[in-house]
Formats: sequence, structure tokens, C-alpha cells
Amino acid sequence: MKGTAPAPTGTIEIDFERCKACELCVPACPKHCIEMGDRINRHGYVAALFARPLDCTGCAICAESCPDVCIRVWR
Amino acid sequence: MKDKRRETFPRAVFSRPRSLLDVRSHYCPGCHHGIAHRILAETIDRFDVRGKTVGVAPVGCAVLMYDYIDVDFAEAPHGRAPAVATGVKRAHPDRFVFTYQGDGDLAAIGTSEIIHAANRGENITVLFINNTTYGMTGGQMAPTTMLGQKTATSPYGREFRNDGYPIKVAELLATIEGTAYSARVATSTPAQIRKAKEAVRKAFDMQIREVGFSLVEFLSTCPTNWGMKPLDAQKRVLGEISGYFPLGVYKERKQADFV
Ligand SMILES: Cc1ncc(C[n+]2csc(CCOP(=O)(O)OP(=O)(O)O)c2C)c(N)n1
Ligand code: SF4
Ligand code: SF4
Ligand code: SF4
Ligand SMILES: [Mg+2]
Repeated sequence: MKGTAPAPTGTIEIDFERCKACELCVPACPKHCIEMGDRINRHGYVAALFARPLDCTGCAICAESCPDVCIRVWR
Repeated sequence: MKDKRRETFPRAVFSRPRSLLDVRSHYCPGCHHGIAHRILAETIDRFDVRGKTVGVAPVGCAVLMYDYIDVDFAEAPHGRAPAVATGVKRAHPDRFVFTYQGDGDLAAIGTSEIIHAANRGENITVLFINNTTYGMTGGQMAPTTMLGQKTATSPYGREFRNDGYPIKVAELLATIEGTAYSARVATSTPAQIRKAKEAVRKAFDMQIREVGFSLVEFLSTCPTNWGMKPLDAQKRVLGEISGYFPLGVYKERKQADFV
């Protein structure tokens, strides 16, 4: 397996319109999967983006940290 | 765009609790009221008491929480939630009754109500949201405001000779005989959120087993009135605030006084 990229063991979805761009989920993710995006939602927030899905383990730590319950997680 | 990853991972491991209505909240970005609401809703689901719960909402930023939590609610005048909850619980002892109160609500105008509800050992559960300020009205000094903290009514910083010391509610109520459970938690790291859930479960359990009055104090954030980004507000909780307000369980009774 040497040299092959690890496969993700889970995935998330961020609710683009609900996100208030507080950034709390960004450092919460132990795999650094989330960063702030560059698109503005209807409420004027530049929402968070699931930028590195290949690294996601489905641990749900991001979702636990979101005050607006914008993140859903599957494994 | 629905991506293929969802087919690869069919098992939902985190979604909105049933008792948390699927609406956008009015809370500011990064405000920990949202986390406390979610923990409350998850615990209502866990104990399966959604159909028999009555919440008592405060005056403060959480004044609209009846729009978010899917249970029956009464709205109390400022600080009076423990008195309203006393009436609800005594009239309907089979209901699960909680109050949700800010620090301006519980520790200032409502000090008398909370102390006497605890002292009577009322079988109710209190979620106390300490964000060291009057959030809703624009960030005035609360009894919980930290020494040196600048607020709208302490522009040079809180000073103990004028304003006294930040009041430690979880410890204070633990000294009261009628209190069955008193704990202080925070929600600024994933580990703290896990512990906060555990404390809220214990507090619910006290009421369900009829052991008496239970309270969980949350060290919350108010990024807006602290003039901080949400991540810096969390750092303030982890440093300065929990340095003065230690996290922990201050009282946990094993059994009720009378059976
Ligand atoms: C009897 C009465 N006095 C004063 C007010 C004004 N008031 C509204 S909210 C509030 C303070 C709320 O602070 P807190 O309980 O800490 O809640 P937070 O908004 O910080 O969550 C005050 C003083 C009121 N509504 N009613
Ligand atoms: S589920 Fe875990 S690994 Fe995946 S984005 Fe969230 S925190 Fe990161
Ligand atoms: S924690 Fe939630 S609201 Fe905040 S940036 Fe992340 S997804 Fe958006
Ligand atoms: S004013 Fe403070 S407590 Fe109220 S919603 Fe905004 S951040 Fe939260
Ligand atoms: Mg407050």
C-alpha cells in the first residue's frame, strides 16, 4: 500500500445557506478537511467549504463544534 | 450537486436532533447558545421526553428559544423562570420541566428566585448560560462579568471596589441543601462538549429520579459584545474565564431525601 493515498472513511455536507461563517469548524477538524470558501450565501456569509474530502474520517467532530448545526456526517 | 460520496457512506452518524426544529436561529455567528440548544435537544431525545416536556424560556438572547426547541414552553418575566417552573412542575409533576437562563437573568434580577427554588429542592432542571454579560441588551456588566472586563456599563473595566467580584453560581448553589446536582461545563472544545452532554444527562436524570433541583452552568461566549471573533472568544473561555470559573461537578446527590 506504500505510496497510495489513504481512502476517506466518511463524508460530510455543510449547509451553505445556514452557515454563519463563524469558522469554529475549521480548527476543530483533526484532518484539516474544512476551510473557509469564497462564495457568499443569501445571508451575506462567506460559508465554510469541505475542501479536502479525501482526508475525512467521518469522526463528526466538526459537526459537534458547529453552533448552527450546519454539518451532517456519514460513515 | 449531490456527490457519489453519499452512496459510499450510507450510515448517518450526525444529524440535527429531532427536538431541534429545522429553522435558522437568530443567534450571532459563533454564539454558544446554539451549542447549548443542541445539547439540550439531544438530551430530550435521549430520554425520550419530547412529548411531556415543558420549558421555561428567559428574557435575554434565548427569549425566542420556543421557536427552536420542539416542546411546550412558558415565557417567564426576567429572572422569574424558576418560579414559573416551580408552578408548572407542582401542577404537573409528571412533566419534565426545565428553565434556560442567562447570567443577567439568573444571577442578577433573578437571584432570589433561583436560590429559593434550589433551597426548596424543586424537582426542576436549570440550564444556566454564563457569557459574562447582558448579551441581548448590548453587553452591559453582569454579576458574572470578569474583573477588568470592559462592558457598556463598565467602560474602564469591572473593578471589585465598585462592582464586587464575578459571582460563582455553580459553587454557590452547591452549598444549598435542596440542590441535588450542580456542575459547571464549557463548550469550547470537542472534549468539553462531550462532558457538557454528560452533565446535562446527569441533571435530567436527577429530575427523572425525583432527587431534586439540578443545575448545569455553561461557560458560554458572546463574540458580539466581547468584540471578538468567535475563535478568540473560545480562547478566552479556555484561558481567562475557566481560570476564574473552574469546570467541574460541585454537587451530586446519590438519592432523594424522602422516598
Ligand atoms: C424586568 C426587566 N428588566 C430589564 C429588562 C431588560 N433586559 C432584557 S435582556 C436583559 C439581560 C439579558 O442578559 P442575560 O440574561 O445574561 O442573557 P444573554 O442575552 O446574555 O443570553 C435585560 C437586562 C427586561 N426585559 N425586563
Ligand atoms: S467528520 Fe471529522 S474528519 Fe470529516 S470533516 Fe468533520 S471533523 Fe474533519
Ligand atoms: S461552525 Fe458551522 S456556522 Fe460556523 S463556519 Fe463551520 S459550518 Fe459555518
Ligand atoms: S448578543 Fe451575544 S449572546 Fe446574544 S446572540 Fe449575539 S453573541 Fe449570542
Ligand atoms: Mg448573558
